[in-house]
Amino acid sequence: MIAEATEPMVSRPFRVDRTWKETHDTFSLELHPLDGGDFTFLPGQFNMLYQWGIGEVPISISGHPAAAGKAVHTIRAVGSVTKMMRQLRRGDVIGVRGPYGTPWPVADIAGQDIVIITGGIGLAPLRPVMYHLLQHRDRYGKILMLYGARTPNDMLYVKELEQWRGRFDLHVSVTVDRAESSWRGNVGVVTNLMPRFHFDQEMTIAMVCGPEIMMRFTLQELSKRGIPAENIFVSMERNMKCGIGLCGHCQFGPDFICKDGPVFRYDRIKDRMLKREL
Amino acid sequence: MEDLKTYLVEHPFLQGLEPRYVDLIVGCAKNVRFDTGEFLLREGEEANEFYLIRHGKVSLEIYAAEKGHITVQTAGEGDVLGWSWLIPPYHWQFDVRATEMVRAIALDGKCLRTKCEEDHHLGYELLKRFAHLVSQRLESTRLQLLDVYGDKD
Repeated sequence: MIAEATEPMVSRPFRVDRTWKETHDTFSLELHPLDGGDFTFLPGQFNMLYQWGIGEVPISISGHPAAAGKAVHTIRAVGSVTKMMRQLRRGDVIGVRGPYGTPWPVADIAGQDIVIITGGIGLAPLRPVMYHLLQHRDRYGKILMLYGARTPNDMLYVKELEQWRGRFDLHVSVTVDRAESSWRGNVGVVTNLMPRFHFDQEMTIAMVCGPEIMMRFTLQELSKRGIPAENIFVSMERNMKCGIGLCGHCQFGPDFICKDGPVFRYDRIKDRMLKREL
Repeated sequence: MEDLKTYLVEHPFLQGLEPRYVDLIVGCAKNVRFDTGEFLLREGEEANEFYLIRHGKVSLEIYAAEKGHITVQTAGEGDVLGWSWLIPPYHWQFDVRATEMVRAIALDGKCLRTKCEEDHHLGYELLKRFAHLVSQRLESTRLQLLDVYGDKD
């Protein structure tokens, strides 16, 4: 018998309703609460996913925030838990705690131009933002999304990227670090795409998510372009274990990333980004 | 000539350059166009020009017998192509091919080198801009080599 989740450290059972491959090492799961209850989240939040008997991992929610009752996760199979999760099939059950963490500030930035800069699997926590922005397109100014991946075969959500690129009210630009000669798109790091666009310094909100090295260079480039640090938001994803600020693994100076983040306004953490001791 | 001057002034690489230097440079400039698939530069050939891209996209490639053409980087509108005209032995290190129809301003490297030798202030202005470009390319190359999206282990 599976216990009903009543404590913050007790998982709620979710049924796997669909699984699909995104890339050679990345897959997605669509989960529904086994108890038939509700599930809602805000773009940028994450769940703790528990593979029974193996372990628990923090994974961003990558589905549509308006699609209540289901949780979609895109997962890269890199550790023992996520490699086991790749074996999950329809009907299997896993434990879910969440949603946890701070969201991207989509509710507070109406009327602004939005720049989303992301790399690798960092696109997963920003896809709900894209869904939200497009669902409420008239509330926002210009929308620009820049996405960098390792190779064309490592790109996530290719069909959606193609759909978004085809829209007239959105600019999407993609680049890869390496490519075969058959690739007709951009080659180079994601920051190379930035000089091609004009940013209205005071009216632009930037959201950045990707490997920390990529984020550091992106943040430098945004600063060079005059975007104030208080208009920039980043998602940090270091060492999260409990998800609720109890264990201290993800302590980042005065903050716990799982509880006070993962989305931070850049001016709050700017001075800590390069501190190796944290 | 006036059109060419306008393009030069508007190109991000030369923005803010003093008008007297633009007047000097414009004598070394011409409008060029390349169709898709056409090579702008060829590895090993003499580097006599560089390009300010106004429109279109190019790929910087290196050829390996076992792999064919490998794209190292792509560049587009507002970008600058080529600094080998500045550095002996003045030969291109890469192929550059138009992946879309390209309109650009070609600047004659020999002509510019002469003008820079005659006017070191102009030379310094251009070198500062190329140093910035080289540092950006180096930074990008380092990031590509770091393989930041690869496995952690």
